[in-house]
Amino acid sequence: MSTEALVETPSTEALLDVTELRKEFPSRGRGKTRSVKAVDGVSIRLDEGRTLGLVGETGCGKSTTARLIMRLMEPTSGQIRYKGTNVAHLGRRELAEMRRGVQMVFQDPYSALDPRMTVRQLISEPMDINHIGSRGERQARVAELMELVGLHPEHADRFPHQFSGGQRQRISIARALAMNPKVLVLDEPVSALDVSLQVQIIALLHKLQQQFGISYLFISHDLSVVRTVCDDVAVMYLGKIVEAGPVAEVFAKPSHPYTQALLSSVPLADPALRGSRERIILTGDLPSPSNRPTGCSFRQRCRFATEECAAVEPALSQDATIGHAVACHHAEVRDVLGVASEDVA
Amino acid sequence: MTLVDDRRAAADRTSPGNDDPLLSVHDLAVDFGTGQSALHAVTGVSFDLYPGETLGIVGESGSGKSVSVMSMLGLVPMPPARIAGGQVLFEGRDLLTLSPQELRKVRGGDIGMIFQDPMSSLNPVMSIGQQIAEAVKLHHPEMSRSAIRARVIALLDDVGIPDPELCFQRYPHQYSGGMRQRVLIAMAMANEPKLLIADEPTTALDVTVQAQVLRVLGEAQKRTQAATILITHDLGLIAELADRVIVMYAGRVVEQATVAELFHRPKHPYTRGLLASRPRLDRPIAELKPIGGQPPSLAAIPSGCPFQPRCEFAHGREQCSTERPALHIVATGHASACHFAEQIEDLEDARA
Repeated sequence: MSTEALVETPSTEALLDVTELRKEFPSRGRGKTRSVKAVDGVSIRLDEGRTLGLVGETGCGKSTTARLIMRLMEPTSGQIRYKGTNVAHLGRRELAEMRRGVQMVFQDPYSALDPRMTVRQLISEPMDINHIGSRGERQARVAELMELVGLHPEHADRFPHQFSGGQRQRISIARALAMNPKVLVLDEPVSALDVSLQVQIIALLHKLQQQFGISYLFISHDLSVVRTVCDDVAVMYLGKIVEAGPVAEVFAKPSHPYTQALLSSVPLADPALRGSRERIILTGDLPSPSNRPTGCSFRQRCRFATEECAAVEPALSQDATIGHAVACHHAEVRDVLGVASEDVA
Repeated sequence: MTLVDDRRAAADRTSPGNDDPLLSVHDLAVDFGTGQSALHAVTGVSFDLYPGETLGIVGESGSGKSVSVMSMLGLVPMPPARIAGGQVLFEGRDLLTLSPQELRKVRGGDIGMIFQDPMSSLNPVMSIGQQIAEAVKLHHPEMSRSAIRARVIALLDDVGIPDPELCFQRYPHQYSGGMRQRVLIAMAMANEPKLLIADEPTTALDVTVQAQVLRVLGEAQKRTQAATILITHDLGLIAELADRVIVMYAGRVVEQATVAELFHRPKHPYTRGLLASRPRLDRPIAELKPIGGQPPSLAAIPSGCPFQPRCEFAHGREQCSTERPALHIVATGHASACHFAEQIEDLEDARA
């Protein structure tokens, strides 16, 4: 092995390593064929037993990224390495191993579960498809999984409509766990739930991770939930990652103007902090991904934009002084939560 | 009676110089259905709202937070809903005794409303200008067309819509969610309401858009000095916007306090549980301690305290499962419906 190869290979191989993932949708209108770049060069890395949060607002491409990773959609280009194998362009049959190892939980537990199947059928379906164990073993596994996610095994013959939203999300999680996956892709798993139930599901996910060492790719628009659940975070804007790093780092030292605006917009649940921080209000709406600005996609809404931003697109790179990766020509740590000053006081 | 006096004292601190409440709700009860099978969606809700004040109502789905306010305005279909009792005095007039015609004059006039989903609150086949003009005309039939048009354009300008003249002719689908919500705010403000009711006004929006809309809403409130009822499940919004807060659970008020009291010295186990376990932005939760179980269905509200099956406090305390706790004063301007309210500890992290 050459020394160059040694340098390029990270010390430990990532469980899931996504590089330069792209998805373009053709859009035809008024005679011209243009493409919508929904995901535009996303690279993320998920290690064993860790949780990576993918945050961003509606239309930023976070759910498309999840679907590409699950291979529910064909990527336009890029690599998706699962345990070292690039699965980005494998066929159905060859995908089987990855499909067993990477499972998904969707946002809406009402539409994710077939209303005509019982809980028993729903949870054992993945095992049936993969011909795992005998009938009796699968039944035992269903009971075990239900217990694990906090459902009563004696309710296995009920239908989804007989459960509340929080319980349905538990069914979805049990079903995703049936194959002993290494990775769970969770697309807004608590967004449709009431506050007290959100915390229950978060606690359940935490317990499962401790117990089985599963890695989570956690997609959410809720920054407080991401702060609670994740080890690392990647912030997306218009199909690109604009800032990434350990969640405590990025939230304490946000350096991209978009991350700063996002964090400053979240209402803090403490009346004593009212008015203690500057709220950055963005002007205008999110540009359409079919008509993105030249240079930096965020520049038209950015307080710090200069000519350079219009001319040169900033690349996501590790910033030595900031300590994590940012894609901005004017990256600088700005305290937007009022946390630093509070801690001194 | 002391509760009312006490609340008045609390409110006076937030809005000095106002003695008479703008809105005074006494013992409101709303049922769905009748007889034995009736579901009690709202039971015994009472509160006062003073001019210029913002009252937050928090609760989870099915807690009765929307039904209680919407039923006051005749916006809950009756039947199946039925006002089972109570009084809602708005400037001294009982809204519950008004005819539908009289109520229609109040709604959109002295009481403006903003709902969660701007797309379903706007008529897709009417231009934005026409819709707001309709709201103005209904309450000011004497105004000329050109005066109404000028008024609508001024309203759209007030809520920060770029090029209001163009917006006047355009249709709701041509705008984003945040812009549509601004249109709704313009419409709610069209007749300078004294009371503004905002039911989950930003729930469907992204955070940065929420921040934009909240600023517009805050400016509109300041301009008109309207009192506001903010209905939400988001404790963050309550912390930022409300002066006083009502917490609802299973159709009842379980706690009522000024916003600072509620967040730092909650006196109901439900409120305390919600606050202690809420995800936070500035650091991770030290220990994940969710409230167990789930909110009761209205068809099976537990005996005694409705929160008792999920309550840590209730273990081994018989009173909780036999006796329904009444809302009672626990401190100045602070009421709780817990038998053991006095024993509930403050949240150790006051800044939390």
